[in-house]
Amino acid sequence: MMLPIVEPPAPSPAPPGIDAALTTDWLVAFLRDELIARRGIPRAVIGLSGGVDSAVTAYLCVRALGAQNVRAIRMPYKTSHPSSLADAQLVIDALGIPSTTIDISPAVDGYLQFEPDADARRRGNVMARVRMVVLFDQSAKLVALPIGTGNKTERLLGYFTWHADDTPPVNPIGDLFKSQVWALARYLGVPHRLIEKAPTADLEADQTDEADLGISYARADAVLARLLLGYSDEQLAEHGFSADEIALVRRRVDATHWKRHLPTTAMLSNTAINEFYLRPVDY
Amino acid sequence: MPPESEAPAHLRVAILQTKPAKGEYQRNLLETAEAFSQVAAEVPELVVLPEGALTGYFLEGAVYDLALPASHFAHDLAQAWRGAGGDAVDLVAGFFENDGGTYYNSAIYLHVTRDEDRIVHLHRKMFLPTYGVFDEERFLSRGHKLGVFDTRFGRMALLVCEDAYHSIVSTVAAVKGARILIVPSASPGRGVENEGEGELESITRWRETLQMAAREHGVYVIYAGLTGFEGGKGMTGSSSVIDPRGRVLVQAPPTEACIVRADLDLREIDLARANLPLLGDLTAVLPYLLQDEELPLPRGRHDAADR
Repeated sequence: MMLPIVEPPAPSPAPPGIDAALTTDWLVAFLRDELIARRGIPRAVIGLSGGVDSAVTAYLCVRALGAQNVRAIRMPYKTSHPSSLADAQLVIDALGIPSTTIDISPAVDGYLQFEPDADARRRGNVMARVRMVVLFDQSAKLVALPIGTGNKTERLLGYFTWHADDTPPVNPIGDLFKSQVWALARYLGVPHRLIEKAPTADLEADQTDEADLGISYARADAVLARLLLGYSDEQLAEHGFSADEIALVRRRVDATHWKRHLPTTAMLSNTAINEFYLRPVDY
Repeated sequence: MPPESEAPAHLRVAILQTKPAKGEYQRNLLETAEAFSQVAAEVPELVVLPEGALTGYFLEGAVYDLALPASHFAHDLAQAWRGAGGDAVDLVAGFFENDGGTYYNSAIYLHVTRDEDRIVHLHRKMFLPTYGVFDEERFLSRGHKLGVFDTRFGRMALLVCEDAYHSIVSTVAAVKGARILIVPSASPGRGVENEGEGELESITRWRETLQMAAREHGVYVIYAGLTGFEGGKGMTGSSSVIDPRGRVLVQAPPTEACIVRADLDLREIDLARANLPLLGDLTAVLPYLLQDEELPLPRGRHDAADR
């Protein structure tokens, strides 16, 4: 008689999962603690792009602070896709939050008129940085805290403008991979259009993140999750990833460690800040 | 101290799951005194507070601003209890200790009456997590001794956070006669990938670790977890009491300051040990395990480490 064989499932190249209800509760508690308890600023401003990351951030902030305390700022440039503005409006309407729309074209063009040869990458960086100028000024005007919307995948791949997208002092979703953000968006009830459309930075016409990166988010997240646990290329291959996928992700992560740090400062003393003089951010 | 057979049958425990404001010792002491008023109304016999209960946990270099001599901290805590109108009680709390310029992550066991307070035991954390998000040994020194101590409720041991994460520590405490393990802790929460579990993986792992210790050795485990966010790192609270059969009698929520109450039936310890006599077996065999020449144990005298 043949005995049954019991064995664990074969390794699969699945992206990391998420307990969305638990994560929501945890992030709502985090936002309340950071904004209300620690800083005494119970209001938030969020740059709402029409994408899923800022939508999820807005949904979380509304749960934490109430709709009247969350203001959406839409900051289109003249080349932004009209659907981005419309998709952001879906979120504003669904949540019933106040919103402001500020066209950044004059500000961006005010500078770029002197740099007519700037390529798309430079132009995109200028737009991202101007958006932060606007967001921070709006936060001062409204006595509200700017909330970051960068996810873990783009942070790890360096797919963001340094000291722009990563600038807000509080970020609820920065330790969530894009795949997890999508799952969270479904749980929170973010409009389907935003979850199903191809993610884009919308800095250039017809741009998509996955075309820029050369890999889908699902695959990138699956590689990243294992790479961060210390898996070798050989182990990653055993989990079903191609040599090209592994090399692409590893190269992007390794080339962008600097983007996840403060500026490098020359150390000259025994009291160098953040080297010797160490105080936690909430002290 | 009474022999175990004369120890009381019950122990009324309260755990004060604190949510301190980072580094604001005096403010936290005032809030603790206020909470003590509520705790005292329950007439507990033992009150347990978490690791870093009055300062927060992730202090980095600020530990040197906030660390106190044990006698100073003991006095503050006892005064807070007396100010709250509490009767005689035993108090346990974690704090950062300044011992003449050497700094420890310590826990203290006090006996407090209306007229006096006495330090029954001081434990200095032995296992200082210094990996990943943790950086304790950069700022603190290791304790070198796992002491057990006698109380009117029987013999106990204090294990601070990672001390209790190593099964050998609870094992040694139990073999040395501890019947109750008290674990002040500060655990930053992580692990949300398991859909439908409804609990952070780090909380589950802690509970399972403590249940294993309680069940294997027939001891009560009293776990006091710090709560509140510290620079984005959420401390997981989840203060709990686990009985000598490994059952969770009560577990607090992760993110709220609260008071946990439990009435420990101390007779359960002997019953659990009679039912599952693993501790007796271990006591008989442990010397042979430790005499193994292949183990990296110090040989001969090592008094210097026995501070």
